[in-house]
Amino acid sequence: MTPVWRYGRPALVLLLAGLAVGVPLWLVAVTSAKPQAEAIKPNLDLPRHWQPAANYADALAEGEMLRGFLNSLLVVVPSVVLVLILGAGAAWVFARRKSRLVSAAYALCISGLLLPPAVITIVMELRQLGLAGTRPGMIAVYTGMYLSTSIFFMTGFIRAIPMELEEAARMDGATPSRIFWRIVLPLLRPVIATATIMVTLYAWSDVFYAFFVLGGGDRATLPLNLYQVASAQLYLNNWHLVFAYVVVMSLPMVAVFLVGQRKIVSGITSGAVK
Amino acid sequence: MADTVVRTRKQPSAAGPPRSVGRLPRAAVHHPWWFALPAIAVFAGFFLVPNLLNFYYPFTDWSSYHADIAFTGLDNFRTIADDGSLLRAIRTTLVYALLAAVFQNGFGLVLALLLEDDSRFNRFFRAVFFLPVLISALATGYVFQALLDQDGAVNSVLGTDIPWLGSTTWTLVIVTLIHGWKWMGLAMLIYLAGLKGIPGDMLEAARIDGAGPWRTFWSVRWPMLAPAVTFNVTTALIGSMNTFDIVQATTGGGPAASTEVFNIYMFRIFGQGLYAQASAMSLVLFLVVVAVAIPLVVGLRRREQLL
Repeated sequence: MTPVWRYGRPALVLLLAGLAVGVPLWLVAVTSAKPQAEAIKPNLDLPRHWQPAANYADALAEGEMLRGFLNSLLVVVPSVVLVLILGAGAAWVFARRKSRLVSAAYALCISGLLLPPAVITIVMELRQLGLAGTRPGMIAVYTGMYLSTSIFFMTGFIRAIPMELEEAARMDGATPSRIFWRIVLPLLRPVIATATIMVTLYAWSDVFYAFFVLGGGDRATLPLNLYQVASAQLYLNNWHLVFAYVVVMSLPMVAVFLVGQRKIVSGITSGAVK
Repeated sequence: MADTVVRTRKQPSAAGPPRSVGRLPRAAVHHPWWFALPAIAVFAGFFLVPNLLNFYYPFTDWSSYHADIAFTGLDNFRTIADDGSLLRAIRTTLVYALLAAVFQNGFGLVLALLLEDDSRFNRFFRAVFFLPVLISALATGYVFQALLDQDGAVNSVLGTDIPWLGSTTWTLVIVTLIHGWKWMGLAMLIYLAGLKGIPGDMLEAARIDGAGPWRTFWSVRWPMLAPAVTFNVTTALIGSMNTFDIVQATTGGGPAASTEVFNIYMFRIFGQGLYAQASAMSLVLFLVVVAVAIPLVVGLRRREQLL
Protein backbone atom coordinates (compact mmCIF):
# COMPACT_ATOMS: atom_id res chain seq x y z
CA MET A 1 0.00 0.00 0.00
CA THR A 2 1.49 3.28 -1.08
CA PRO A 3 1.87 5.99 1.61
CA VAL A 4 -0.14 8.42 -0.52
CA TRP A 5 -3.12 6.10 -0.39
CA ARG A 6 -2.55 5.29 3.25
CA TYR A 7 -2.96 8.88 4.41
CA GLY A 8 -4.80 10.20 1.37
CA ARG A 9 -7.69 7.82 1.70
CA PRO A 10 -8.84 8.80 5.22
CA ALA A 11 -8.32 12.45 4.34
CA LEU A 12 -10.45 12.04 1.21
CA VAL A 13 -13.13 10.21 3.21
CA LEU A 14 -13.21 12.99 5.80
CA LEU A 15 -13.42 15.68 3.11
CA LEU A 16 -16.19 13.91 1.22
CA ALA A 17 -18.16 13.19 4.37
CA GLY A 18 -17.82 16.79 5.51
CA LEU A 19 -18.88 18.30 2.21
CA ALA A 20 -21.49 15.83 1.03
CA VAL A 21 -23.16 14.86 4.31
CA GLY A 22 -21.87 17.34 6.89
CA VAL A 23 -22.89 20.53 5.11
CA PRO A 24 -26.53 19.58 4.40
CA LEU A 25 -27.00 18.23 7.93
CA TRP A 26 -25.36 21.31 9.43
CA LEU A 27 -27.75 23.49 7.45
CA VAL A 28 -30.73 21.53 8.78
CA ALA A 29 -29.49 21.66 12.36
CA VAL A 30 -28.63 25.36 12.53
CA THR A 31 -31.68 26.52 10.58
CA SER A 32 -34.01 24.56 12.84
CA ALA A 33 -32.61 26.55 15.79
CA LYS A 34 -32.91 30.01 14.21
CA PRO A 35 -35.67 32.55 14.65
CA GLN A 36 -37.76 33.13 11.54
CA ALA A 37 -36.08 36.42 10.61
CA GLU A 38 -32.66 34.77 10.44
CA ALA A 39 -33.93 31.71 8.61
CA ILE A 40 -35.50 33.57 5.68
CA LYS A 41 -32.25 33.29 3.76
CA PRO A 42 -31.03 29.80 4.66
CA ASN A 43 -27.25 29.88 5.18
CA LEU A 44 -24.61 28.03 7.15
CA ASP A 45 -24.12 30.70 9.84
CA LEU A 46 -24.68 29.83 13.46
CA PRO A 47 -27.90 31.29 14.84
CA ARG A 48 -27.31 34.69 16.47
CA HIS A 49 -30.26 33.95 18.63
CA TRP A 50 -30.83 30.31 19.57
CA GLN A 51 -34.42 29.18 19.85
CA PRO A 52 -34.59 25.47 19.03
CA ALA A 53 -37.14 24.72 21.73
CA ALA A 54 -39.56 27.34 20.44
CA ASN A 55 -39.21 26.11 16.85
CA TYR A 56 -39.75 22.47 17.73
CA ALA A 57 -42.73 23.41 19.88
CA ASP A 58 -44.12 25.41 16.96
CA ALA A 59 -43.62 22.56 14.55
CA LEU A 60 -45.41 20.32 17.02
CA ALA A 61 -48.36 22.68 17.29
CA GLU A 62 -48.67 24.23 13.79
CA GLY A 63 -47.49 21.20 11.89
CA GLU A 64 -49.83 18.87 13.79
CA MET A 65 -46.79 16.72 14.33
CA LEU A 66 -48.20 14.42 17.00
CA ARG A 67 -51.24 13.58 14.93
CA GLY A 68 -49.05 13.00 11.89
CA PHE A 69 -46.74 10.78 13.89
CA LEU A 70 -49.63 8.69 15.15
CA ASN A 71 -51.15 8.49 11.66
CA SER A 72 -47.82 7.37 10.21
CA LEU A 73 -47.46 4.68 12.87
CA LEU A 74 -51.02 3.48 12.29
CA VAL A 75 -50.38 2.80 8.60
CA VAL A 76 -46.68 1.93 8.57
CA VAL A 77 -46.62 -0.63 11.40
CA PRO A 78 -49.50 -2.81 10.11
CA SER A 79 -48.12 -2.57 6.56
CA VAL A 80 -44.69 -3.75 7.62
CA VAL A 81 -46.08 -6.59 9.75
CA LEU A 82 -48.31 -7.77 6.90
CA VAL A 83 -45.53 -7.49 4.33
CA LEU A 84 -43.24 -9.60 6.53
CA ILE A 85 -45.70 -12.31 7.56
CA LEU A 86 -47.49 -12.72 4.24
CA GLY A 87 -44.19 -12.39 2.39
CA ALA A 88 -42.49 -15.05 4.52
CA GLY A 89 -45.34 -17.51 4.00
CA ALA A 90 -45.26 -17.02 0.25
CA ALA A 91 -41.46 -17.09 0.08
CA TRP A 92 -41.40 -20.38 1.96
CA VAL A 93 -43.73 -22.03 -0.56
CA PHE A 94 -41.92 -20.44 -3.53
CA ALA A 95 -38.51 -21.53 -2.29
CA ARG A 96 -39.41 -25.12 -1.45
CA ARG A 97 -41.88 -26.24 -4.10
CA LYS A 98 -40.95 -26.85 -7.68
CA SER A 99 -43.51 -26.73 -10.46
CA ARG A 100 -44.45 -24.49 -13.34
CA LEU A 101 -47.33 -23.04 -11.35
CA VAL A 102 -45.00 -22.13 -8.49
CA SER A 103 -42.48 -20.42 -10.76
CA ALA A 104 -45.29 -18.54 -12.48
CA ALA A 105 -46.75 -17.38 -9.17
CA TYR A 106 -43.28 -16.36 -7.97
CA ALA A 107 -42.56 -14.40 -11.15
CA LEU A 108 -45.92 -12.66 -10.84
CA CYS A 109 -45.36 -11.79 -7.19
CA ILE A 110 -41.92 -10.26 -7.72
CA SER A 111 -43.04 -8.37 -10.84
CA GLY A 112 -43.74 -5.52 -8.45
CA LEU A 113 -39.98 -5.00 -8.17
CA LEU A 114 -39.95 -3.65 -11.70
CA LEU A 115 -43.49 -2.60 -12.60
CA PRO A 116 -44.73 0.78 -11.39
CA PRO A 117 -47.92 0.69 -9.30
CA ALA A 118 -50.85 2.14 -11.25
CA VAL A 119 -51.58 4.83 -8.72
CA ILE A 120 -54.54 6.45 -10.49
CA THR A 121 -56.56 3.27 -10.89
CA ILE A 122 -55.67 2.23 -7.33
CA VAL A 123 -57.66 5.27 -6.24
CA MET A 124 -60.54 4.17 -8.48
CA GLU A 125 -60.49 0.65 -7.06
CA LEU A 126 -60.31 1.88 -3.45
CA ARG A 127 -63.31 4.16 -4.06
CA GLN A 128 -65.33 1.22 -5.33
CA LEU A 129 -64.31 -0.82 -2.29
CA GLY A 130 -65.12 2.07 0.04
CA LEU A 131 -61.50 2.20 1.17
CA ALA A 132 -60.46 5.53 -0.39
CA GLY A 133 -59.11 7.94 2.22
CA THR A 134 -58.98 5.25 4.90
CA ARG A 135 -56.09 3.66 6.76
CA PRO A 136 -57.02 0.09 5.72
CA GLY A 137 -56.90 1.31 2.11
CA MET A 138 -53.46 2.81 2.61
CA ILE A 139 -52.23 -0.34 4.37
CA ALA A 140 -53.51 -2.51 1.52
CA VAL A 141 -51.72 -0.34 -1.05
CA TYR A 142 -48.40 -0.35 0.84
CA THR A 143 -48.64 -4.09 1.50
CA GLY A 144 -49.35 -4.84 -2.17
CA MET A 145 -46.50 -2.59 -3.27
CA TYR A 146 -43.78 -3.82 -0.93
CA LEU A 147 -44.67 -7.53 -0.85
CA SER A 148 -42.51 -8.07 -3.94
CA THR A 149 -39.43 -6.74 -2.16
CA SER A 150 -39.86 -8.99 0.86
CA ILE A 151 -40.78 -12.07 -1.20
CA PHE A 152 -37.72 -11.55 -3.42
CA PHE A 153 -35.28 -11.21 -0.53
CA MET A 154 -36.83 -13.99 1.56
CA THR A 155 -37.11 -16.56 -1.23
CA GLY A 156 -33.41 -16.23 -2.02
CA PHE A 157 -32.62 -16.55 1.66
CA ILE A 158 -34.81 -19.62 2.30
CA ARG A 159 -33.27 -21.45 -0.67
CA ALA A 160 -29.95 -21.26 1.16
CA ILE A 161 -31.38 -22.84 4.35
CA PRO A 162 -30.76 -26.60 4.41
CA MET A 163 -33.93 -28.62 4.00
CA GLU A 164 -32.66 -31.07 6.67
CA LEU A 165 -33.61 -28.64 9.43
CA GLU A 166 -37.24 -28.84 8.37
CA GLU A 167 -37.08 -32.58 7.79
CA ALA A 168 -35.78 -33.26 11.28
CA ALA A 169 -38.72 -31.41 12.77
CA ARG A 170 -41.10 -33.24 10.47
CA MET A 171 -39.76 -36.59 11.69
CA ASP A 172 -40.65 -35.47 15.19
CA GLY A 173 -44.22 -34.95 13.97
CA ALA A 174 -44.33 -31.17 13.53
CA THR A 175 -47.10 -29.82 11.29
CA PRO A 176 -46.31 -27.35 8.48
CA SER A 177 -47.62 -24.43 10.59
CA ARG A 178 -45.40 -25.43 13.47
CA ILE A 179 -42.39 -25.77 11.21
CA PHE A 180 -43.11 -22.38 9.69
CA TRP A 181 -43.50 -20.55 13.01
CA ARG A 182 -40.87 -22.39 15.02
CA ILE A 183 -38.15 -23.08 12.45
CA VAL A 184 -38.47 -21.03 9.26
CA LEU A 185 -39.43 -17.67 10.74
CA PRO A 186 -36.68 -17.66 13.41
CA LEU A 187 -34.09 -18.60 10.77
CA LEU A 188 -35.28 -15.70 8.63
CA ARG A 189 -34.30 -13.15 11.26
CA PRO A 190 -31.46 -11.48 9.32
CA VAL A 191 -33.51 -11.07 6.16
CA ILE A 192 -36.52 -9.96 8.21
CA ALA A 193 -34.32 -7.23 9.65
CA THR A 194 -33.34 -6.09 6.16
CA ALA A 195 -36.90 -6.18 4.86
CA THR A 196 -38.19 -4.36 7.95
CA ILE A 197 -35.69 -1.57 7.50
CA MET A 198 -36.28 -1.22 3.77
CA VAL A 199 -40.09 -1.36 3.91
CA THR A 200 -40.30 0.88 6.99
CA LEU A 201 -38.04 3.35 5.26
CA TYR A 202 -40.09 3.39 2.05
CA ALA A 203 -43.47 3.56 3.77
CA TRP A 204 -42.36 6.09 6.40
CA SER A 205 -41.02 8.45 3.72
CA ASP A 206 -43.72 7.93 1.14
CA VAL A 207 -45.68 10.99 0.19
CA PHE A 208 -46.71 10.18 -3.41
CA TYR A 209 -49.09 7.28 -2.73
CA ALA A 210 -50.29 8.86 0.52
CA PHE A 211 -51.35 11.92 -1.50
CA PHE A 212 -53.58 9.85 -3.75
CA VAL A 213 -54.94 7.42 -1.17
CA LEU A 214 -55.20 9.44 2.05
CA GLY A 215 -55.17 13.00 0.79
CA GLY A 216 -54.78 15.64 3.49
CA GLY A 217 -57.12 15.93 6.44
CA ASP A 218 -57.31 14.01 9.70
CA ARG A 219 -55.43 10.96 8.47
CA ALA A 220 -52.45 12.82 6.99
CA THR A 221 -49.13 11.13 7.70
CA LEU A 222 -45.91 12.94 8.66
CA PRO A 223 -44.63 13.44 5.09
CA LEU A 224 -48.01 14.85 4.05
CA ASN A 225 -47.82 17.28 6.98
CA LEU A 226 -44.26 18.22 6.02
CA TYR A 227 -45.47 18.92 2.49
CA GLN A 228 -48.18 21.18 3.83
CA VAL A 229 -45.79 23.02 6.14
CA ALA A 230 -43.33 23.48 3.29
CA SER A 231 -45.99 24.55 0.77
CA ALA A 232 -47.05 27.28 3.17
CA GLN A 233 -43.38 28.29 2.94
CA LEU A 234 -44.11 30.36 -0.15
CA TYR A 235 -45.90 33.05 1.80
CA LEU A 236 -44.81 32.30 5.36
CA ASN A 237 -41.06 31.84 4.94
CA ASN A 238 -40.80 29.22 7.63
CA TRP A 239 -37.58 27.34 6.88
CA HIS A 240 -36.99 27.10 10.63
CA LEU A 241 -40.21 25.07 11.02
CA VAL A 242 -39.58 22.98 7.88
CA PHE A 243 -36.21 21.87 9.19
CA ALA A 244 -37.43 21.26 12.72
CA TYR A 245 -39.98 18.99 11.07
CA VAL A 246 -37.30 17.29 8.96
CA VAL A 247 -35.25 16.50 12.07
CA VAL A 248 -38.15 15.01 14.00
CA MET A 249 -39.32 13.00 10.99
CA SER A 250 -35.87 11.54 10.34
CA LEU A 251 -34.95 10.53 13.89
CA PRO A 252 -37.17 7.42 14.08
CA MET A 253 -35.60 6.09 10.87
CA VAL A 254 -32.10 6.70 12.21
CA ALA A 255 -33.13 4.77 15.35
CA VAL A 256 -34.53 1.87 13.30
CA PHE A 257 -31.30 1.76 11.32
CA LEU A 258 -29.06 1.82 14.38
CA VAL A 259 -30.98 -1.10 15.88
CA GLY A 260 -30.87 -3.27 12.75
CA GLN A 261 -27.63 -1.98 11.27
CA ARG A 262 -25.53 -5.13 11.48
CA LYS A 263 -28.21 -7.33 9.97
CA ILE A 264 -28.99 -5.13 7.00
CA VAL A 265 -25.65 -5.94 5.39
CA SER A 266 -25.95 -9.71 5.79
CA GLY A 267 -29.52 -9.58 4.50
CA ILE A 268 -28.54 -7.63 1.42
CA THR A 269 -25.59 -9.93 0.77
CA SER A 270 -27.70 -13.06 0.78
CA GLY A 271 -30.75 -11.62 -0.94
CA ALA A 272 -29.49 -9.38 -3.69
CA VAL A 273 -25.96 -10.33 -4.60
CA LYS A 274 -25.95 -14.01 -3.57
CA MET B 1 -76.51 -47.81 6.81
CA ALA B 2 -75.00 -45.00 8.78
CA ASP B 3 -72.80 -47.49 10.46
CA THR B 4 -71.29 -48.74 7.20
CA VAL B 5 -70.60 -45.21 5.99
CA VAL B 6 -68.73 -44.44 9.13
CA ARG B 7 -66.86 -47.68 8.92
CA THR B 8 -65.79 -47.23 5.28
CA ARG B 9 -64.62 -43.74 6.04
CA LYS B 10 -62.60 -44.89 8.94
CA GLN B 11 -61.05 -47.78 7.12
CA PRO B 12 -58.08 -46.04 5.49
CA SER B 13 -56.97 -44.49 8.73
CA ALA B 14 -57.21 -47.84 10.41
CA ALA B 15 -55.00 -49.33 7.71
CA GLY B 16 -52.27 -46.77 8.48
CA PRO B 17 -52.47 -43.05 9.27
CA PRO B 18 -50.22 -41.56 6.54
CA ARG B 19 -51.87 -43.36 3.62
CA SER B 20 -54.42 -40.72 2.62
CA VAL B 21 -51.70 -38.13 3.07
CA GLY B 22 -49.14 -40.20 1.23
CA ARG B 23 -51.09 -40.10 -2.00
CA LEU B 24 -50.66 -36.37 -2.31
CA PRO B 25 -47.41 -35.03 -3.76
CA ARG B 26 -44.98 -34.42 -0.92
CA ALA B 27 -44.61 -30.70 -1.49
CA ALA B 28 -48.34 -30.17 -1.11
CA VAL B 29 -48.21 -31.64 2.38
CA HIS B 30 -45.01 -30.08 3.60
CA HIS B 31 -45.38 -26.66 2.02
CA PRO B 32 -49.07 -26.14 1.45
CA TRP B 33 -50.26 -23.45 -0.92
CA TRP B 34 -52.34 -21.72 1.71
CA PHE B 35 -49.17 -20.21 3.15
CA ALA B 36 -48.73 -18.31 -0.10
CA LEU B 37 -52.36 -17.52 -0.84
CA PRO B 38 -52.82 -14.45 1.43
CA ALA B 39 -49.78 -12.79 -0.12
CA ILE B 40 -50.91 -13.67 -3.64
CA ALA B 41 -54.41 -12.35 -2.91
CA VAL B 42 -53.21 -9.00 -1.53
CA PHE B 43 -50.67 -8.59 -4.30
CA ALA B 44 -53.20 -9.46 -6.98
CA GLY B 45 -55.93 -7.32 -5.48
CA PHE B 46 -53.97 -4.16 -4.80
CA PHE B 47 -51.18 -4.31 -7.35
CA LEU B 48 -52.07 -6.44 -10.36
CA VAL B 49 -55.75 -5.51 -10.62
CA PRO B 50 -55.07 -1.75 -10.61
CA ASN B 51 -52.39 -2.30 -13.25
CA LEU B 52 -54.91 -4.24 -15.36
CA LEU B 53 -57.57 -1.55 -14.85
CA ASN B 54 -54.94 0.85 -16.07
CA PHE B 55 -55.37 -0.71 -19.51
CA TYR B 56 -59.02 0.36 -19.52
CA TYR B 57 -59.50 3.74 -17.82
CA PRO B 58 -57.12 5.68 -20.12
CA PHE B 59 -59.64 4.99 -22.91
CA THR B 60 -62.53 6.60 -21.00
CA ASP B 61 -63.57 10.11 -20.03
CA TRP B 62 -63.31 9.40 -16.27
CA SER B 63 -62.92 12.73 -14.49
CA SER B 64 -64.27 14.66 -11.55
CA TYR B 65 -66.68 16.43 -13.94
CA HIS B 66 -68.80 13.40 -14.90
CA ALA B 67 -70.88 11.15 -12.72
CA ASP B 68 -70.48 8.18 -15.06
CA ILE B 69 -67.67 6.90 -17.20
CA ALA B 70 -67.92 6.53 -20.98
CA PHE B 71 -65.57 4.94 -23.48
CA THR B 72 -63.82 7.54 -25.63
CA GLY B 73 -61.08 5.63 -27.42
CA LEU B 74 -57.75 7.34 -27.94
CA ASP B 75 -58.87 10.88 -27.03
CA ASN B 76 -56.73 11.12 -23.89
CA PHE B 77 -53.61 9.98 -25.68
CA ARG B 78 -54.32 12.44 -28.50
CA THR B 79 -54.64 15.26 -25.94
CA ILE B 80 -51.35 14.54 -24.17
CA ALA B 81 -49.58 13.99 -27.50
CA ASP B 82 -50.93 17.23 -28.98
CA ASP B 83 -50.03 19.46 -26.04
CA GLY B 84 -46.50 18.06 -26.07
CA SER B 85 -46.59 16.66 -22.54
CA LEU B 86 -46.33 13.03 -23.65
CA LEU B 87 -42.99 13.22 -25.45
CA ARG B 88 -41.63 15.71 -22.94
CA ALA B 89 -42.49 13.43 -20.00
CA ILE B 90 -40.93 10.41 -21.71
CA ARG B 91 -37.75 12.30 -22.55
CA THR B 92 -37.45 13.94 -19.11
CA THR B 93 -38.07 10.69 -17.26
CA LEU B 94 -35.58 8.70 -19.33
CA VAL B 95 -32.87 11.35 -18.97
CA TYR B 96 -33.60 11.55 -15.25
CA ALA B 97 -33.42 7.77 -14.82
CA LEU B 98 -30.20 7.47 -16.79
CA LEU B 99 -28.38 10.28 -14.99
CA ALA B 100 -29.71 9.25 -11.58
CA ALA B 101 -28.50 5.68 -12.15
CA VAL B 102 -25.07 6.91 -13.26
CA PHE B 103 -24.63 9.23 -10.26
CA GLN B 104 -26.07 6.83 -7.70
CA ASN B 105 -23.85 3.97 -8.88
CA GLY B 106 -20.78 6.10 -9.43
CA PHE B 107 -20.93 7.65 -5.96
CA GLY B 108 -21.81 4.28 -4.42
CA LEU B 109 -18.94 2.42 -6.07
CA VAL B 110 -16.37 5.08 -5.18
CA LEU B 111 -17.55 5.07 -1.56
CA ALA B 112 -17.46 1.26 -1.42
CA LEU B 113 -13.88 1.17 -2.74
CA LEU B 114 -12.83 3.91 -0.31
CA LEU B 115 -14.41 2.19 2.68
CA GLU B 116 -13.76 -1.43 1.73
CA ASP B 117 -11.53 -2.59 4.59
CA ASP B 118 -13.25 -3.43 7.85
CA SER B 119 -11.84 -0.86 10.24
CA ARG B 120 -13.66 1.10 12.89
CA PHE B 121 -13.00 4.31 10.93
CA ASN B 122 -14.56 2.82 7.80
CA ARG B 123 -17.56 1.36 9.61
CA PHE B 124 -18.31 4.75 11.12
CA PHE B 125 -18.14 6.55 7.78
CA ARG B 126 -20.24 3.89 6.06
CA ALA B 127 -22.98 4.82 8.52
CA VAL B 128 -22.39 8.52 7.82
CA PHE B 129 -22.81 8.05 4.07
CA PHE B 130 -25.89 5.93 4.69
CA LEU B 131 -27.60 8.80 6.55
CA PRO B 132 -29.10 10.39 3.39
CA VAL B 133 -30.90 7.10 2.66
CA LEU B 134 -32.65 7.43 6.03
CA ILE B 135 -33.86 10.97 5.39
CA SER B 136 -37.07 11.00 3.37
CA ALA B 137 -36.77 12.06 -0.27
CA LEU B 138 -39.18 14.92 0.35
CA ALA B 139 -37.03 16.24 3.20
CA THR B 140 -33.92 15.77 1.03
CA GLY B 141 -35.59 17.90 -1.61
CA TYR B 142 -36.25 20.73 0.86
CA VAL B 143 -32.70 20.59 2.20
CA PHE B 144 -31.29 21.04 -1.29
CA GLN B 145 -33.84 23.70 -2.14
CA ALA B 146 -32.50 25.66 0.83
CA LEU B 147 -28.91 24.97 -0.24
CA LEU B 148 -29.39 25.83 -3.92
CA ASP B 149 -31.94 28.62 -3.65
CA GLN B 150 -30.79 31.87 -5.20
CA ASP B 151 -30.76 33.29 -1.63
CA GLY B 152 -29.53 29.96 -0.30
CA ALA B 153 -26.49 28.59 1.45
CA VAL B 154 -24.35 27.61 -1.56
CA ASN B 155 -24.57 31.04 -3.16
CA SER B 156 -23.88 32.72 0.17
CA VAL B 157 -20.74 30.61 0.71
CA LEU B 158 -19.48 31.04 -2.86
CA GLY B 159 -20.49 34.69 -2.97
CA THR B 160 -22.35 34.03 -6.22
CA ASP B 161 -25.89 34.66 -7.44
CA ILE B 162 -26.54 31.58 -9.55
CA PRO B 163 -30.15 30.38 -9.99
CA TRP B 164 -29.22 26.69 -9.54
CA LEU B 165 -32.80 25.51 -9.80
CA GLY B 166 -33.86 27.98 -12.48
CA SER B 167 -32.24 26.65 -15.65
CA THR B 168 -34.38 24.79 -18.17
CA THR B 169 -31.32 22.73 -19.19
CA TRP B 170 -29.16 22.19 -16.12
CA THR B 171 -31.74 21.96 -13.33
CA LEU B 172 -32.66 18.44 -14.44
CA VAL B 173 -29.02 17.41 -14.07
CA ILE B 174 -28.80 19.02 -10.62
CA VAL B 175 -31.94 17.23 -9.46
CA THR B 176 -30.51 13.88 -10.60
CA LEU B 177 -27.32 14.67 -8.67
CA ILE B 178 -29.49 15.14 -5.58
CA HIS B 179 -31.18 11.82 -6.34
CA GLY B 180 -27.76 10.17 -6.59
CA TRP B 181 -26.75 11.79 -3.30
CA LYS B 182 -29.82 10.47 -1.53
CA TRP B 183 -29.37 6.87 -2.65
CA MET B 184 -25.56 6.54 -2.84
CA GLY B 185 -25.47 4.90 0.62
CA LEU B 186 -27.62 2.00 -0.51
CA ALA B 187 -25.56 1.47 -3.67
CA MET B 188 -22.45 1.61 -1.48
CA LEU B 189 -23.77 -1.14 0.81
CA ILE B 190 -24.55 -3.41 -2.11
CA TYR B 191 -21.14 -2.82 -3.71
CA LEU B 192 -19.50 -3.48 -0.33
CA ALA B 193 -21.37 -6.77 -0.14
CA GLY B 194 -20.18 -7.58 -3.66
CA LEU B 195 -16.57 -6.70 -2.81
CA LYS B 196 -16.75 -8.89 0.27
CA GLY B 197 -17.82 -11.80 -1.92
CA ILE B 198 -14.58 -11.73 -3.93
CA PRO B 199 -12.32 -14.56 -2.68
CA GLY B 200 -9.13 -13.27 -1.04
CA ASP B 201 -6.86 -15.76 -2.81
CA MET B 202 -8.03 -14.42 -6.15
CA LEU B 203 -6.77 -10.94 -5.24
CA GLU B 204 -3.63 -12.49 -3.83
CA ALA B 205 -3.02 -14.35 -7.09
CA ALA B 206 -3.46 -11.13 -9.05
CA ARG B 207 -0.98 -9.38 -6.76
CA ILE B 208 1.59 -12.16 -7.14
CA ASP B 209 1.17 -12.00 -10.91
CA GLY B 210 2.26 -8.38 -10.60
CA ALA B 211 -1.06 -6.59 -11.12
CA GLY B 212 -1.23 -3.07 -9.69
CA PRO B 213 -4.35 -1.60 -8.04
CA TRP B 214 -5.80 -0.44 -11.37
CA ARG B 215 -5.17 -3.72 -13.14
CA THR B 216 -6.62 -5.65 -10.19
CA PHE B 217 -9.69 -3.45 -10.23
CA TRP B 218 -10.42 -3.78 -13.94
CA SER B 219 -9.43 -7.43 -14.37
CA VAL B 220 -10.60 -8.98 -11.11
CA ARG B 221 -12.81 -6.81 -8.95
CA TRP B 222 -14.99 -5.14 -11.57
CA PRO B 223 -15.89 -8.43 -13.34
CA MET B 224 -16.56 -10.09 -9.99
CA LEU B 225 -18.86 -7.23 -9.08
CA ALA B 226 -21.19 -8.07 -11.99
CA PRO B 227 -24.11 -9.31 -9.84
CA ALA B 228 -23.93 -6.20 -7.65
CA VAL B 229 -23.82 -4.01 -10.77
CA THR B 230 -26.84 -5.83 -12.21
CA PHE B 231 -28.84 -5.30 -9.05
CA ASN B 232 -27.78 -1.71 -8.52
CA VAL B 233 -28.20 -0.51 -12.09
CA THR B 234 -31.56 -2.21 -12.49
CA THR B 235 -33.04 -0.93 -9.24
CA ALA B 236 -31.59 2.56 -9.78
CA LEU B 237 -32.86 2.88 -13.36
CA ILE B 238 -36.30 1.44 -12.71
CA GLY B 239 -36.67 3.09 -9.30
CA SER B 240 -35.78 6.54 -10.57
CA MET B 241 -38.35 6.30 -13.34
CA ASN B 242 -40.85 6.28 -10.48
CA THR B 243 -39.36 9.39 -8.89
CA PHE B 244 -41.56 12.06 -7.38
CA ASP B 245 -40.59 13.50 -4.00
CA ILE B 246 -37.18 14.98 -4.78
CA VAL B 247 -38.43 16.69 -7.94
CA GLN B 248 -41.61 17.93 -6.30
CA ALA B 249 -39.70 19.37 -3.34
CA THR B 250 -36.92 21.04 -5.33
CA THR B 251 -38.59 22.31 -8.50
CA GLY B 252 -42.21 21.11 -8.55
CA GLY B 253 -41.58 20.15 -12.19
CA GLY B 254 -40.31 23.54 -13.27
CA PRO B 255 -38.79 25.69 -14.59
CA ALA B 256 -41.08 25.66 -17.64
CA ALA B 257 -41.90 21.96 -17.05
CA SER B 258 -38.28 21.04 -17.78
CA THR B 259 -38.19 18.59 -14.86
CA GLU B 260 -41.75 17.31 -15.20
CA VAL B 261 -41.32 13.53 -14.96
CA PHE B 262 -44.27 11.14 -15.33
CA ASN B 263 -45.28 11.12 -11.67
CA ILE B 264 -45.17 14.92 -11.38
CA TYR B 265 -47.42 15.18 -14.43
CA MET B 266 -49.85 12.60 -13.03
CA PHE B 267 -49.95 14.37 -9.68
CA ARG B 268 -50.67 17.75 -11.30
CA ILE B 269 -53.32 16.47 -13.73
CA PHE B 270 -55.01 14.31 -11.09
CA GLY B 271 -55.24 17.41 -8.93
CA GLN B 272 -57.14 19.09 -11.76
CA GLY B 273 -59.62 16.20 -11.72
CA LEU B 274 -58.60 14.83 -15.14
CA TYR B 275 -58.35 11.25 -13.91
CA ALA B 276 -58.46 9.45 -17.25
CA GLN B 277 -55.75 11.66 -18.67
CA ALA B 278 -53.54 11.03 -15.63
CA SER B 279 -54.27 7.33 -16.05
CA ALA B 280 -53.20 7.53 -19.70
CA MET B 281 -49.83 8.89 -18.58
CA SER B 282 -49.63 6.13 -15.98
CA LEU B 283 -50.13 3.53 -18.73
CA VAL B 284 -47.35 5.13 -20.78
CA LEU B 285 -45.06 5.01 -17.72
CA PHE B 286 -45.88 1.31 -17.35
CA LEU B 287 -45.04 0.62 -21.00
CA VAL B 288 -41.83 2.65 -20.89
CA VAL B 289 -40.68 0.83 -17.74
CA VAL B 290 -41.41 -2.55 -19.34
CA ALA B 291 -39.60 -1.49 -22.52
CA VAL B 292 -36.54 -0.46 -20.51
CA ALA B 293 -36.61 -3.21 -17.87
CA ILE B 294 -36.85 -6.32 -20.04
CA PRO B 295 -33.82 -5.70 -22.30
CA LEU B 296 -31.90 -4.36 -19.30
CA VAL B 297 -32.43 -7.40 -17.10
CA VAL B 298 -31.86 -9.84 -19.96
CA GLY B 299 -28.72 -8.01 -21.11
CA LEU B 300 -27.16 -7.67 -17.65
CA ARG B 301 -27.89 -11.31 -16.81
CA ARG B 302 -26.19 -12.38 -20.03
CA ARG B 303 -23.22 -10.17 -19.21
CA GLU B 304 -22.92 -11.87 -15.82
CA GLN B 305 -22.85 -15.29 -17.44
CA LEU B 306 -20.24 -14.29 -20.02
CA LEU B 307 -17.81 -13.14 -17.40
